[in-house]
Amino acid sequence: MLAVIGVSSVQEIFDRQVPESVRLGRPLSLPGGMTTLKGAPSGAHPEGHTLAGTGRQASEQDVYAHLRDLAARNTSAEDELSFLGAGMYDHYVPAFIDMLMERSELLTPYTPYQPEISQGGLQIMFEYQTAICELTGLGVSNASVYEGPSAVASAGYLAKLHNGRSRFVVSAGAHPHTLQTLSTYAHGYGMEVVEVQLRDGVTDADAWASAIDGDTSAAIFAQPNFYGAVEDATALSAAAKEGGGEKLVTIAQVDPIVLGILAPPGECGVDVAVGEGQSLGNRLDYGGPSFGFFAAREAYLRQMPGRIAGETTDVDGRRGFVLTLQTREQHIRREKATSNICTAQALNALAGVAYLSWLGREGIVELGELLLSRTRYARETLCALDGVSALHSQPVIREFALRLNADVAAVKRRCAERGVNPGVDLHALTGREQDRGGLLVAITERRSREDIDRLAQALSAAVAAERQTAVTA
Amino acid sequence: MAEGSCPEDLLYHPEHDWARIDPADPQIATLGITWYAQDALGEVVFFDPPSPGTVVTKDQPYAEVESVKAVSDVVAPFSGEIVEVNEALVDDPGAINEDPYGEGWLVKVRISDPSEREALLDADAYSATLG
Repeated sequence: MLAVIGVSSVQEIFDRQVPESVRLGRPLSLPGGMTTLKGAPSGAHPEGHTLAGTGRQASEQDVYAHLRDLAARNTSAEDELSFLGAGMYDHYVPAFIDMLMERSELLTPYTPYQPEISQGGLQIMFEYQTAICELTGLGVSNASVYEGPSAVASAGYLAKLHNGRSRFVVSAGAHPHTLQTLSTYAHGYGMEVVEVQLRDGVTDADAWASAIDGDTSAAIFAQPNFYGAVEDATALSAAAKEGGGEKLVTIAQVDPIVLGILAPPGECGVDVAVGEGQSLGNRLDYGGPSFGFFAAREAYLRQMPGRIAGETTDVDGRRGFVLTLQTREQHIRREKATSNICTAQALNALAGVAYLSWLGREGIVELGELLLSRTRYARETLCALDGVSALHSQPVIREFALRLNADVAAVKRRCAERGVNPGVDLHALTGREQDRGGLLVAITERRSREDIDRLAQALSAAVAAERQTAVTA
Repeated sequence: MAEGSCPEDLLYHPEHDWARIDPADPQIATLGITWYAQDALGEVVFFDPPSPGTVVTKDQPYAEVESVKAVSDVVAPFSGEIVEVNEALVDDPGAINEDPYGEGWLVKVRISDPSEREALLDADAYSATLG
């Protein structure tokens, strides 16, 4: 082949094309290939390559053993009884979802710009969008975005496009990652961000009302909030419109798994409902990938970011699906686009809509009721323990915050010895002074009453032991 | 609409916008985009009229026309204040393609500086730019 194109080596191709001035001029500084581990059995391939000076190159078997040992340092939700949450949750993912996601016609395709060969994928997007609209009670949805926090920031940009105002008001009940992301984006496009504090675990109604005025572009809150409390979404939205007028955009970051039992955001005066979709059919997977959902009132359709699948008919009058309203997107609209992101998390959104289909209309309600009753049981049981109290007493659905009268990190270490992860160390995550001693406990349908009882035993023993240590220290 | 037509009674802006001074009231001008503009854009699917009372500035965009493949700024040939908008385009944006100089009119403005007409082109001069 080299002879055919008239060069003497592959290197010569680069030498002829790449200007001297941009070349690195030295080998990349990478570690040498792995050699066998001390004491590991041989099993070397007889013809294995060797690097000068490094002795025998590791075989595939050696490398596998090494990686397995590295992976074994992790403790996954399958290895311990986990009550971790704070944005991503250990729900059961039915086997058929893996089967679907591994199908090559769903796993491998790129963006469906050519509808003629993408009807399956586009139909799935359309059905996903329909499901999100039904869950949120809003008129339009896009085909998914990356994840929850950036969905909130994008919603903020929609508000800016809509009313041209200069400030976001956001409840401190939003997830810390959402607050950080919003702040980063807002800085980028010149918006001020004002945080409204919580009172008794929910957004302080008076502070909220007084923070919002005619300069406020969007009013943003989380439902349930970061500390697990159910906010009064209707009251917050109404107060926001009262203070900011009709042009203000109300935005809620919502946990989708509880939309079977909470009033849909669209019926509570929320204009844009976004959120983290991981709970719907996606595993924890080290934190991702997952998807974010984005739904809004139809009036905001042209300011929406992201891909949108639309239903239409072909020349023969048959129903079909296409990407639509692409003139919002940056590959056409460039600097005037509604977002710098014009992609979707199609595979993860597929898992989401497949999961919702599996649950069904009744299943998602039953799941919500199950979460509600188990969470209540967990909060009551744990708050009855010595040295454990509720951080707030607001209604909760699937997550709640406790205050421990002991060092949270030490308590967690003791629980780990019993194979229990009692939850998220709040102060470690938020850095807020009022979160010292805080523990955020998440409940999923995978945590049975017996599991919760086991948590109570472990937590009780751990807190008592730590308090004992503190007393005798 | 004859292909490539440029009615004689209009004034033209090089960015493919036209103005028709109202014969009954020379302070009012009707504005729109030319046959060339709608042809280049393709099928128009959306036009969101600006509000009456909006101030427009000569050579500056005052609205957008959206087609299946692009979104294009509409540039004002005259400075002034919008006094009327073509609401019918909200439901029938295709009128911009079918009748760009008639039913496809976009807005009417009260002109603030009549001398700005000196900078505009007549039909022949505008046609020449399309060559």
